[in-house]
Amino acid sequence: MRLNRRNLLALSGSLSAAATLAACGNNNPLEQKSTSDTSSSPTGSSQPPSDAPTTTLQQWYHEYGETGVKEAVERYAAEYTGAKVEVKWTPGDYGKILAAQLLTQDIPDVFEVEQGGSLDMIRTGQIADLSELIALVKDQFNPAVIKRFTFEDKIYGIPQTIDMQLLYYRPSLLKAAGLAPPKSFTELVTAANKVKTSDIGGFFAGNDGGIGVLGTIFIWASGNEQLNADRSDVAFLNQDFYDALIAYRDFSKAGGVLQAASAEWYAPDAFANGETAFQWGGLWSLPDIKTKLGDDVGALPFPAIGTKGRPAVPFGAFGSCVGAKGKNVAAAKEFVKWLWIDQDDKQVDFSNSYGTHIPAKTALVAKASKLASGPGADAAKFVAENGFANDIMWSGPVGDAFSAAVSNVIKKDADPAKEFESFATLAKSELAKLKG
Amino acid sequence: MPSHSAKARPVVPANGATGLLQRIRGRQGQNLWFIAFVAPFFLGLIIFLYIPILQSGYLSFFEARGSVNPTKFVGFDNYLSLLNNKLFTDSLLVFIGFALLIVPLTYVCSLGLALLLNNLKWGQAFFRSVFFIPTAVSYVVAAIIWRFVFFSGTRFGLLNSLIRAAGGESVNWLGGTNDLYWVALVSVRLWLQVGFYMILFIAGLQQIPQQTYEAAALDGATGWRQLRWITLPQLRATSVAVLMLLLINAFQAFDEFYNMLASIGSYPPYGRPPLVHLYLTAFGGGQQDLGVGGAGTIILTSIIVLFGLAQNWLVSGGNQS
Repeated sequence: MRLNRRNLLALSGSLSAAATLAACGNNNPLEQKSTSDTSSSPTGSSQPPSDAPTTTLQQWYHEYGETGVKEAVERYAAEYTGAKVEVKWTPGDYGKILAAQLLTQDIPDVFEVEQGGSLDMIRTGQIADLSELIALVKDQFNPAVIKRFTFEDKIYGIPQTIDMQLLYYRPSLLKAAGLAPPKSFTELVTAANKVKTSDIGGFFAGNDGGIGVLGTIFIWASGNEQLNADRSDVAFLNQDFYDALIAYRDFSKAGGVLQAASAEWYAPDAFANGETAFQWGGLWSLPDIKTKLGDDVGALPFPAIGTKGRPAVPFGAFGSCVGAKGKNVAAAKEFVKWLWIDQDDKQVDFSNSYGTHIPAKTALVAKASKLASGPGADAAKFVAENGFANDIMWSGPVGDAFSAAVSNVIKKDADPAKEFESFATLAKSELAKLKG
Repeated sequence: MPSHSAKARPVVPANGATGLLQRIRGRQGQNLWFIAFVAPFFLGLIIFLYIPILQSGYLSFFEARGSVNPTKFVGFDNYLSLLNNKLFTDSLLVFIGFALLIVPLTYVCSLGLALLLNNLKWGQAFFRSVFFIPTAVSYVVAAIIWRFVFFSGTRFGLLNSLIRAAGGESVNWLGGTNDLYWVALVSVRLWLQVGFYMILFIAGLQQIPQQTYEAAALDGATGWRQLRWITLPQLRATSVAVLMLLLINAFQAFDEFYNMLASIGSYPPYGRPPLVHLYLTAFGGGQQDLGVGGAGTIILTSIIVLFGLAQNWLVSGGNQS
């Protein structure tokens, strides 16, 4: 047998498939045979569920940091009667592991993907179209998330839970300075400059001066969108965006932006330790911040910059997807519908019991105790009203070139219009390539 | 008859076979030993170096996003997009700048240390170990210590504490608003590698016959003259090896840059060597572009090969004269 790469890959794929079937969760060799028989028969998936489920589904999650999530998802899987669901908990670089597995013959039936599926997965037909599953209940989900999950009128993932970034501030410090929470970027600059001292910084958004995390927010907060309607070109290279960058540059230069702290923006430490009065951070840090500062914490969206500006918060959501080339597509879709559309109590438990996340369905937000009042309640509202996420075609090279240009404008005093000229060319050719 | 055949049998046919076998085995099985020792290394080289280089070359002509089995042939598009990307061309400048700083600096410092230690009457072994130990430290660990302890931009970073105690202002070392990140990048590598090259120089120095110095001393050559006319020429072979190793190491700059300057999801445009840029292109940001990554590898490999050839040419030219 001539063993080229493809054969080798196919061979290893089928070997591992056989191994998985052979290890279908029970140790009885007699039962093993019957399991693998049904799984490999083409009609296995369409058999009606009975007392003893005959179909076995593989479900993949990335490793959630909060304790208890693994046990919770295993509990959900065990409660499902339509099929036997095996949960695979995946520590490490989940995105890369999943992408590699999807290239083999042995693909998981159900798996979570950030923002409900990547362009590559959709283009190569790796994930199934779930539009029909969600069609009737689409309105119940957070509209910003549904908008992001929709690509060419189709939805490939059911939103599980929402994470977001927001602006933390210390009400006590503002009160002492006689200030109200800032409603515009200008007010934020004034407030940060007024409350900062030699020991406490004004505004902190990371040890890179905030460029990595705030870059795309400047697009949205200055009233722009990343790409035009048909995704053939970028849509924000105008004076409003350039002015936003210059405003932030002036803010940095005047010393209002704390350039370095003991931790990054995505950790609670810098804010909770009192190194800064304002911090751009994640909703996930809220429990730690509350432990340290009690009620002396408030949350805001990133304020509008310039006359055409609007407040903005970026969000991210994992979506539950179905492997289109799996053996049990229909059964997998049934399970996804059961867990992420029908089982409201489990969705609330998943978002609220192990850290702070926002349930993907708007009506369930009220049932999440951590979002009942204070900054948590505000946060849920921000996503619905001011939520933005990177476009599905905002690819790695585009993002990298964008960050570089923003960095050069803010740190090296480059002229924005000139600096973004080469970015515009790169983005245009990249988008043309992505469109294929 | 039986005795006849017994006598005749070994002579003709077996002799040819043993002769050939003997020749393949070599004297005292030399060739077998050669294969036994060289083959594992050679196989390793083929599997982990030459096949990946060829595979990169193949991928570089295809659109290979998130796939190692690409189907769309794109010719030189990947090369062009890389050479037109200012971030990549700037990264080549960063590499050259870094090499220009670190190669001479390490050369001078390690040679200086070697000369100092070589003349030491006592405690040579102790100081040799003291300077050599940093070589055993991982680049990642050292870079993290440099980033968070010495060159932390916070007011409680080690250097900033000293500056504040002396009445100065906190300095943002790695933030890119100034060029001070070079101090951190160069100093960490200098600290890590100077001891290793110092050992190479000490070995070279000990090869120089003592009589040469004595003869020179009789002729009145001491100090600087001895160094200029005896030590440095005698260290020529060592110096060539050291410079080549330093240059190749500078080309491979990745660990300390990435660990000092990257933050989750982004790497700044400044202080970005080619390998970091290619890593971000090929594997960064949740998607893989192995086509462009492969093209970059081929470009870098060619540059290193060119430098190697130039070095070879320089050395052989020197030998002829």
